[in-house]
Amino acid sequence: MLFPPSRRSSEVHRVVITGAGIVTALGFGWKTNAEGFRAGRTAFRPVTLFDVSQQRAKMAAEISLNDDLPRTKLSPRQITRLDRASKLLLHAAHEAWTQSGWEPTEYLPIALGTTSGGMSLGEAYFRQATQMPGRNRQQPARVSHYQAQRQALDLADAFEFQGPVTIISNACASGANAIGHAWHLVRTGQAECVFTGGYDAISHLVFSGFDSLQALSTTSCRPFDAHRDGLALGEGAAMLAIESLDSAKKRGAEILGEIVGYGAANDSHHLTQPHPQGTAAVATMTAAARAAQITPEQIGYINAHGTATPLNDSAEAAAINTWAGTHVSRIPVSSTKASIGHLLGAAGAVEVAVCAMALRGQWLPPTMTIETPDPICAFPLVREPRDTKFEYALTNSFGFGGANATLILRRWS
Amino acid sequence: MSADADDEVFVCGTGAVSPAGWGTKLLLDAVASETPLPLKEIPRPGTDSSLRVRPVPPLATRPPWLAHARLRRTSPITQYAVAAALEALGADAARVTDGSLRLGIIVCVMSGCVNYSRRFYDETLRDPATASPLVFPETVFNAPGSHIAALLGSNAINYTLVGDPGTFAQGLALGADWLTRGEVDGCLVVGAEEIDWLTSHAFRLFHRNIVLSDGAGAVYLRKETTPVRLAAVSDSHLFLQSRPRATAVQRMRHQLTENYNATLLVDGVQNLPRYDEDEALAWEDWNARRISPKKILGEGLMAAAAWQSVLAIDAVKHGVGSAFVSIVGTNQQAIGAAFSGVGRDSVEP
Repeated sequence: MLFPPSRRSSEVHRVVITGAGIVTALGFGWKTNAEGFRAGRTAFRPVTLFDVSQQRAKMAAEISLNDDLPRTKLSPRQITRLDRASKLLLHAAHEAWTQSGWEPTEYLPIALGTTSGGMSLGEAYFRQATQMPGRNRQQPARVSHYQAQRQALDLADAFEFQGPVTIISNACASGANAIGHAWHLVRTGQAECVFTGGYDAISHLVFSGFDSLQALSTTSCRPFDAHRDGLALGEGAAMLAIESLDSAKKRGAEILGEIVGYGAANDSHHLTQPHPQGTAAVATMTAAARAAQITPEQIGYINAHGTATPLNDSAEAAAINTWAGTHVSRIPVSSTKASIGHLLGAAGAVEVAVCAMALRGQWLPPTMTIETPDPICAFPLVREPRDTKFEYALTNSFGFGGANATLILRRWS
Repeated sequence: MSADADDEVFVCGTGAVSPAGWGTKLLLDAVASETPLPLKEIPRPGTDSSLRVRPVPPLATRPPWLAHARLRRTSPITQYAVAAALEALGADAARVTDGSLRLGIIVCVMSGCVNYSRRFYDETLRDPATASPLVFPETVFNAPGSHIAALLGSNAINYTLVGDPGTFAQGLALGADWLTRGEVDGCLVVGAEEIDWLTSHAFRLFHRNIVLSDGAGAVYLRKETTPVRLAAVSDSHLFLQSRPRATAVQRMRHQLTENYNATLLVDGVQNLPRYDEDEALAWEDWNARRISPKKILGEGLMAAAAWQSVLAIDAVKHGVGSAFVSIVGTNQQAIGAAFSGVGRDSVEP
């Protein structure tokens, strides 16, 4: 039963990551991405997926995606129906699944975050329905595979597992919320293992939407720069195999990191703008640190939401300043969106993976595009590749509608 | 299977907006009448044909909450969700606003904000330079949940779940989980959808006689005892390559009936033989009372799953010992819920 839960324990379980898969415009896989983030590489290029000649912005962090897919249990028919977002998800999932060493199972919950996973199929459906209203060829498949639950079920079929599918669509906090939900399931003993993460592909509708809001940069994505002029969109996916420490030890699994805290809150200030003081962000950082039983001074790195929009970065900086208090000047902060753009529903999940990489390698991913740091930042911005020793990393994710989420990871040693 | 005291979660209120009108009573009356609500034809752009739907009737008077700054430009799905939410919360809405009640909000959608998404993409194709920045933010799935929170002034946890209609039952289970672990003092679970020619046309590709409807339903959960308890939410039985839909539905039915007793079934069949087949077969031998609201209201997707729950809750509130809700989703899962009367019939098998 989902309620009252058939599985639950009074004991609080430690939650560890035993598999991670990541796809961004920096490349495919943990190793390539770790090298790219560590060096602070950027991966923007002119948009090729659709016509942007009439848009203000012309660049995005598009992934070079070919037809090669990892070998799974999906049938040829299922494979032909995968859209761009599903393929990104499958790549990330395959890497995480393989690394975890998990086997097909009767009970494995999946928790995914996405904002517009199959949007390109929805767009194709709309174009055909309006431009060729009498022609229904391929339309049923588009209707079905446009939906996020279909993409999640494809994962279940691909790796032969079953379990409840939870898809959280909290705008740009979706991926972080999904991992937070998964963390709760393992922590409370409702599940021993959960497959979790986030994914989104660039779509015309969403690109045009952010462009219409004049939220896209027409220069370069410069989070926390005093002269920043907007975000850049990206696409990608990150999947994590998370499980209880007991389960991982029993299996002899390699542990990549530990998730120790999560907080979620809602900022009811405005549909698209954060509260100027980042009050909900303060609440989520406080809640996550309380769950982790740590204080701000123990945080060795913050992976900021850092979209590079004027309003987001000033609100987030204010929130970090408030939350960290007197310790703020000692907490390094960067935004990896300068490298790969804003991945929307995938952002939170990818940034958790980046934190896990950084903790494991003991380096900090720089934001290399900053020219003039915004004076509101009372914290040191990581602007050059840097190695350091740290124990905890915090990652923020904020979305339209005021969705706010924070996760805290701990180095596994 | 019995619940620990820690697992006791109760229904404090319900709300509904449906083709029958704005309010739970209109929903109950329509279903009690056993007469299918009238159909409306909406144009199918680009053709001479039309699509048959059962939409929510317009409001006779403009409610005060529509004057809230956040709600002026909202699409119908938000307005349905807000109306259902406020009805379910009743007097507790003021407690959320004054900060004395932490309210978790879970909004469940399948098609979501399709009106504005369709409109914005149409504008993008015509001329992206003039696509409306006022419309785009309303296209995101979590816009309705965000607006409910803004109206109430709630800063507590707020999730939008996307999936097929069975997701509403998952929302009930998640809300109960938030309550039992003390994350919130109350939890509002809303299922909502809005009609658009695009979705109506899409569903007709799968069943030409299907009639979509729209609206919302809300269930307000708390730990404090009320006459109706959320007794159970079954596992989510997925439709997979290895497990056909019919098997998933059978498993859901058996999980409910092997663990609980009920004297009422609120199912999702709607007089569409091929569409209903798996659910009808799974409950073929059900001998007690049965309500099939979609026969009256149409296929409201996530909203319909919420209406089923509202109807089951109302029946229990008015004397039925316990009731099952059977939700057979479109392409994800079969899942069920059980509601029971407090101090009356046991739900033990």
